[in-house]
Amino acid sequence: MTGFIYEKNEQDIVTITMDMEGPVNTMNEKYMELMAETIERLESEKDSFKGVIIASAKKTFFAGGDLNNLLAINKGDEEEFFKANEINKQYLRRLEKLGKPVVAAINGAALGGGCEICLACNYRVAINDPKSQIGMPEVSLGLLPGAGGVVRTVRMLGLQNALPLLLEGKRLKPERALKAGLIDELADDANDMIEKAVKYINANPEAVQPFDVDGYKIPGGDLKNPNVLQVAMIAPSMLLKKTKDLMPAPKKILSVAVESLRVDVDTALRIESRGFTSLITSDVAKNMITTFFFQLNELNAGGSRPKEIEKTKVKKVGILGAGMMGQGIAYVSAKAGIEVILKDISMEAAEIGKDYSRKICDKLVSKKRMDGAKKDALLNLIKPVEKDEELEGCDLIIEAVFENIELKKKLFKDTEKYLTKNGVYGSNTSTLPITELSKAVSKPENFIGLHFFSPVEKMPLLEIITSHKTNAQTLAKSFDYAQQIKKVPIVVNDSRGFFTSRVFGTFIDEGCKLLKEGVDPVLIDKLARMAGMPVGPLEIHDEVSQELSKKVAATNRDLDKMIGQEFSDIHLSSVEVGNRMIDEFGRGGRAYGGGYYEYPENGKKYIWPKLYELYHNPEVNLPHQDIKDRILFRQVIESLKCYEEGVFESVINGNIGSIMGIGFPPHTGGVFQFINTYGLNNFVKRVRELSDKYGSDFEVPQILLDRAEKEELFV
Amino acid sequence: MSTPAFIYDAIRTPRGKGKKDGSLHEVKPISLLTGLLKSLQEKHDLDTSKVDDLVIGCVTPVGEQGSNIAKTAVLAAGWDDKVAGMQMDRFCASSLETSAIATMKIMSGWENIVVAGGLESMSRIPLGSNGAPWAEDPQTAMDTGFVPQGIGADLIATIEGFSREDVDAFAVSSQKKAHSAQENGYFDNSVVPVKDENGFTILDKDEFIRPNTTVENLAKLNPSFEFVGSLGFNAVALSKYPHLPAINHVHHAGNSSGIVDGACLLLFGNEKAGKDMGLTPRGRIVSSSVTSTEPTIMLTGPAPATYKALEVAGLTLDDIDLFEVNEAFASVTMRFQKETGVPWEKINVNGGSIALGHPLGATGGILIGTVLDELERQNLRYGLCTMCAGGGIGIATIVERI
Repeated sequence: MTGFIYEKNEQDIVTITMDMEGPVNTMNEKYMELMAETIERLESEKDSFKGVIIASAKKTFFAGGDLNNLLAINKGDEEEFFKANEINKQYLRRLEKLGKPVVAAINGAALGGGCEICLACNYRVAINDPKSQIGMPEVSLGLLPGAGGVVRTVRMLGLQNALPLLLEGKRLKPERALKAGLIDELADDANDMIEKAVKYINANPEAVQPFDVDGYKIPGGDLKNPNVLQVAMIAPSMLLKKTKDLMPAPKKILSVAVESLRVDVDTALRIESRGFTSLITSDVAKNMITTFFFQLNELNAGGSRPKEIEKTKVKKVGILGAGMMGQGIAYVSAKAGIEVILKDISMEAAEIGKDYSRKICDKLVSKKRMDGAKKDALLNLIKPVEKDEELEGCDLIIEAVFENIELKKKLFKDTEKYLTKNGVYGSNTSTLPITELSKAVSKPENFIGLHFFSPVEKMPLLEIITSHKTNAQTLAKSFDYAQQIKKVPIVVNDSRGFFTSRVFGTFIDEGCKLLKEGVDPVLIDKLARMAGMPVGPLEIHDEVSQELSKKVAATNRDLDKMIGQEFSDIHLSSVEVGNRMIDEFGRGGRAYGGGYYEYPENGKKYIWPKLYELYHNPEVNLPHQDIKDRILFRQVIESLKCYEEGVFESVINGNIGSIMGIGFPPHTGGVFQFINTYGLNNFVKRVRELSDKYGSDFEVPQILLDRAEKEELFV
Repeated sequence: MSTPAFIYDAIRTPRGKGKKDGSLHEVKPISLLTGLLKSLQEKHDLDTSKVDDLVIGCVTPVGEQGSNIAKTAVLAAGWDDKVAGMQMDRFCASSLETSAIATMKIMSGWENIVVAGGLESMSRIPLGSNGAPWAEDPQTAMDTGFVPQGIGADLIATIEGFSREDVDAFAVSSQKKAHSAQENGYFDNSVVPVKDENGFTILDKDEFIRPNTTVENLAKLNPSFEFVGSLGFNAVALSKYPHLPAINHVHHAGNSSGIVDGACLLLFGNEKAGKDMGLTPRGRIVSSSVTSTEPTIMLTGPAPATYKALEVAGLTLDDIDLFEVNEAFASVTMRFQKETGVPWEKINVNGGSIALGHPLGATGGILIGTVLDELERQNLRYGLCTMCAGGGIGIATIVERI
């Protein structure tokens, strides 16, 4: 039997066990029916019981809104949606005002709408399972908690405490949910949970919500309290600083949260519904639900992984090169419990690589995010070495030395033999063709590109690059390793610059091109940030360093000769400008004493004054929208070319890769979703405008023309 | 030579019940104004960079209704940065005053297009939230004979001999007239529905009207000012009117102006600016006068202000076709009629604040719009709007339809 099962026991306590069809309980039309019946019955039989326990028959408590349904709501459906949402809220309101104690028995995850059901109970007991999550992550999908989550948390916890939960969409383990005030009590197991629920019911026969009691004081105070008022006044600026006003959801959440304090609960709930409705058909919500829920789930579920191969786990990884990348890979691997052999040319260099992990651990320990034992365990897994033989028995070796083909090839030859049978050989190259590199190994089928991003422990992406010869097992193992170290894997086919580096290159290049055209360098970086990039193209060029660009370019020239094919980066303004910076002015990047910017020891970076002399033309006055579009559209066009050339099969890799690897603005849903939302034909039109004004980098790729003609979205 | 100033339009929100369960309680005060500003702009395809100023009357300009909400509303509505913005307070007379100021600004030749109006969200910013030395500073209160307005209203009724039945009958007639005007769509020309951010209508008509009001059911209500009067305010009032034996407390919620939320805007301009923007004049303010009367009885200003305005305009009472005498309390309008002898048929023909509500800062501008609509409907020429206000102030504004 499925549904909401109503059972009254001999103690006169009613348990409503939510057991909807399908693997989880979710807020859909059926839920509305079930909730309506349940509320009616509870109200009519309320004299016959002492209290109510809301429980779940599933592994999780309740999964929240049905995103398939939410995604299907189109412009024009808003009024109907608003009305339905108001009805849904009325049920929860009636639940909390039943006049008998209602307890949420939270056996597992209660996210989004699930968490909001809990908030509409009078008391919340959760099993203390660190794997279960409680919270309202709606904001990360461009939505707001529209089933009373904003109104109730603000009233129950106070504005200051509620805002971080709502604006960051935090998912909390039960222990932290208790601290945050989202739940009232922890239980050891299901029996303990029910016992505690019963105890509450017996002790509070006429439970009401605290905020429904006259004279209730909101923790921290209401808007008459100067501290709270200050939050209302400062928080908007902090939010805009972060979102550049590109994210409507947190903006609406903050507005509703503050406004909810100015009115009574019922009015506040209606205001919240209006806000929720205003987001539901927004482009950003559609983009974020599409990319961060459906596409990311598909990716994580192994959409790009060969299905027939059994899951594997890496036990021992060898990392060649303990520099910036190698040390980061060592840390994330050890953190996942993998034994790490960290090799460099000297013990000293290898030890320095290991120190990186020690520093991260120390920081976590000092913040009480890690205990000493865990730190020791993690560090014990990393063995710094200088001899190749130590790699014996590794089932994965990752090469992370600098981009020199000959050096890499030599290393492969020297170390391949230490791999276990069918062990995987990975290269963390960001540009060199995997096919070319794999020529150096005896088993190219076991060779693969594993492109990490810096800083490794923070960047969520792993770009996996397969050559024609890479076999399915190798890809599957690499994919599994990515998940083992909690990275999101995208899978791309071998190509010069793969996907992310190629697209990232166009981002920097467009910045340098604008600089060459005379645009104020400050404006270039500012507008890139305002368009949603995490940093500007010139700033980031300083960070990756013009020196590195130069080396990569040189390597690419060697490669051109080797494989008899000219790589497009030869024409790039970023190479021209970067090389000039180094050759004429010795400005190789931040790590080399400065690049486009000066980096004073005690102060903020500022544009190197000479840069203005070299490039700035005050008469150049491009429309800001053109600059923003150029910066984003260049990346999209390059991604289209990648797709056209078969660099990846599914646009999902492009969407996720562009956001997580390059920092393409998340509100767009990624490079391809951006086109869908912009409108294919509008996009073509805009690209043509840009190409008319700014040249051939903005030529419309054929695939876009074809798709636009057929109005076939990139999905 | 002064420049003629025209009224090009007058719009308003519907008036929502000024309590938690009122429809406009969920609407921020700023949104009441921005909704109207956007609507005015769209209706006339207004080039807002040509607007010199927005002058908004607001009696309780604190909190989310505070700090020159006129300027904030200009910004929030996306009007041109050039539009200045001023909030002002002449108690209940505020938006008759903002309309007068707009007219004066234009007549002076100093400005070309001015938007005037008023705002009051009484459900969100309760009356009195801004404090007042007259009421709160004992020295001032005692030296000047402060009593609450309702005492003054009851004092008027006592002096004029209006019985409880009289004032209740007046209230019932206000309800009937307002209901009939609403049913006949007489307010439709001015009322702009209040909508939410999704474009859903929150309120599209005045919701305070109680058409089923009868003298019998009003009789059940307790007088509102009896208790507070008995504490001492009656004595304070009677010390100024020693010939009266006692105050007859006749006013209550049913025959006093309703507490509501609402806002209004009026578009003023000179002839050239109007022409350039393709606007058609609807009327003009002929004169607007303020005066003030004995502060304890407080609410007797309308008649003297009316005579003053007539004199300025060079008109007589007989020239005026329609009167809007704000129904702050029943006795105020009744006294005006008694004092001036204006026939009842000309006064508040579509009801008044008892039935429709009195959103303090917005009422004056609403009266201008109402009288202008009615002059147009009946093809008449002159209307006069008059109000009592705190401290004894009276204001009267003469409107001519064009």
